Amino acid sequence: MRAMTWLLAAMSAGLAPQAPPAPARPVVVASKPFAESYLLAEMFAQLLEARGYAVDRRPGLGATEVAFGALRAGAIDVYPEYTGTGLIAILGERPAADPAAVYARVAAAFRERWGIRWLPPLGFENTYAIAVRRATAERYGLRTLSDLARVGGALTAGLTPDFVGRADGLPGLARAYGLRFEAVRPLVPAVKYQALAEGAVDVIDGYSTDGQIARYDLVVLADDRHFFPAYEAAALVGADLARTSPGAALALTELSGRLDVRRMRELNRRVEVDREPVAAVARDALAGLGLAGLGLAGGARAPAASRAASQSRPPSLLAYMLERRALLARLTLRHLLLVAGSLAAGIALALPLGLLLARVPRPAGAVLGAVGLLQTIPSLALLAFMLPLLGIGVVPALVALFLYSLYPILRNTYAGVRAADPVAAEAALSLGMTPGQVLRWVRLPLAAPVIMAGIRTAAVIGVGTATLAALIGAGGLGDPIVAGLALADARMILSGAIPAALLALVVDAGLGWMERRVTPRGVRG
Amino acid sequence: MTARPLPAPAPVLQALGVVKRFGGVAALDGVSLAVAAGECVAVVGESGSGKTTLLRCFNRLVEPDGGRILLEGEDARRADPVALRRRIGYVPQDGGLLPHWPVLRNVALVPWLCGDGGAERKAADALALVGLEPAAFAARWPRELSGGQRQRVALARALAGAPAIVLLDEPFGALDAITRADLQEMFARVRRELAAAALLVTHDLHEALALGDRIVVLRGGRVEQDAPADALVARPATDYVRRLLERSRVIR
Repeated sequence: MRAMTWLLAAMSAGLAPQAPPAPARPVVVASKPFAESYLLAEMFAQLLEARGYAVDRRPGLGATEVAFGALRAGAIDVYPEYTGTGLIAILGERPAADPAAVYARVAAAFRERWGIRWLPPLGFENTYAIAVRRATAERYGLRTLSDLARVGGALTAGLTPDFVGRADGLPGLARAYGLRFEAVRPLVPAVKYQALAEGAVDVIDGYSTDGQIARYDLVVLADDRHFFPAYEAAALVGADLARTSPGAALALTELSGRLDVRRMRELNRRVEVDREPVAAVARDALAGLGLAGLGLAGGARAPAASRAASQSRPPSLLAYMLERRALLARLTLRHLLLVAGSLAAGIALALPLGLLLARVPRPAGAVLGAVGLLQTIPSLALLAFMLPLLGIGVVPALVALFLYSLYPILRNTYAGVRAADPVAAEAALSLGMTPGQVLRWVRLPLAAPVIMAGIRTAAVIGVGTATLAALIGAGGLGDPIVAGLALADARMILSGAIPAALLALVVDAGLGWMERRVTPRGVRG
Repeated sequence: MTARPLPAPAPVLQALGVVKRFGGVAALDGVSLAVAAGECVAVVGESGSGKTTLLRCFNRLVEPDGGRILLEGEDARRADPVALRRRIGYVPQDGGLLPHWPVLRNVALVPWLCGDGGAERKAADALALVGLEPAAFAARWPRELSGGQRQRVALARALAGAPAIVLLDEPFGALDAITRADLQEMFARVRRELAAAALLVTHDLHEALALGDRIVVLRGGRVEQDAPADALVARPATDYVRRLLERSRVIR
């Protein structure tokens, strides 16, 4: 597919030496799964479209590893990134606080190592912000992180899992300020602010541009020792695009230096708190900057405004889902195809392998152990491992789901065939069945319900795991779940989670029926 | 009884100095015995005497380390094991019926494996022979049968392929006393009718004496005594055999 688009691009380039400003293939614009990243990516996309480029949107890619991996592999062309993340998480270097020095360092290093370009920063920093409730700040007299260090032992922190782990997160912060909490709970970004507002935790990590900070009237503690590194937002442009379509990169620089923290926080609030559609907010933002869509703006504002008005009385979940039924049906079908495809491949490998191991049991322990080990790799890590090989999209998702389906099928096939009525199997052998006939006529029919149960387990796990495929742009019911989590939109989450749960129930029931059907009559309970 | 002028017929099944070791332990330590046409030989021994291993050597589920086994005069090692097994009927202790096959299909197993078009008719005949009305039992599932009925089906299955010999491994051991007596009687009748050669392994000396023309007492992988039933009772060759007879209250 990709090779073909490249071929077309090459052909059109050859046929038309005076290359048009727009490349023959669409510019693939991606984002990471949080509101600001969605919004910036959508602004990039709309700006490119306004300048005549075709755009392919891949919002909500995994985490930094997935998004950057996809960029490096050429699976995407551009996504919004932060210089601090580039320096620390990608280059693995020590945090630095001077924004200009950080930008200079990452711009040089990325260009040299991967041909990847950091466009000039957009104009705001989205660095870590440690926030507390106003009441907490007043009670303890907290203004700075040094103040927090005095009383941290009495407070519970709710921190995003990657903040807990990374060097520029909690470990570094604790060292710089001598900071200690009574307890640290890992919290996903979607629930963090609510947990803080409701008093479940006392301290959270946020980002300086989060719209939620204003919503909950939180106090952001000043980084008085300048621990947090510079995190300037910028467009990160892949080597292919930089080489083949410098015009597209140039178009994106029109945003450089145009977005300040206040404006960004306000835009984020409209997306995160007011639940305005990302596309509408992006359109307004570009129009407000005079960059695009003046002709469109009139038409675009109206629906955005009416949507904002209807926001006061949000439609019921059912109405919301009905409104999106065509999309949800498409996502459900995609989800089902991901599961069915990976499961078919899993059966094709694990079933014969299980039968083979039942015949030659010596390596069974090692093989089962190795395949079981696959099961313990966290899904996101597995997806990230495969990025350099398989890029993003449907193929790596199928491969990951295939790998996860192997163990239950292999295990049940092996154990089921081994355990299938050994007395009957030996009698059949004694009376002159060949070993193959014993397998075909005795062991396999008797093991069929157990094997089917393994397939059923694999399928139900697959339906659940496939929601993560959204993190690598494979689509499916994970799309609204991931986006809803990032935007803290419960309806959006449920619009994916409910069909996914129903799908799991239907798959479980259907395969349960099959399990009973393949149970031989003579041994049916 | 008049003296038989004919020379003894060639044995159907013969073991010549069969040795089988598991690890360093000899389960069979030079066992020789023969089963003549139409004869039933009962192998008696306690647990660990090697009687089950011996049985498994005959149908090559176990390959002996030494000695020879002849089926109808042919060296078993030269035969294809699958073809060999189809010539040997086999009745395991707990029937070993295929639970997902109806009774008739179970009984028809060996003729069916041999590609015999008349497999079902042979199976029905075999069912009738062991005292089960084919019309009533053909379609039943094994789990719907009593223990005695199951062993009858297992015997029918062993006979349906018209084997050279039937091997029986404690076939009536798991049954209650009355059922066991019924089945022993049935077995003796069927064997007479077919003049079938049989080798019966049992730990029950009474059963051996009731069903066997000849008794082979096995102890620690060796043949302690090999004699016609009446001769064994009249003249136990060793102290062990005498104690065995005493313990079983065959003699006092």
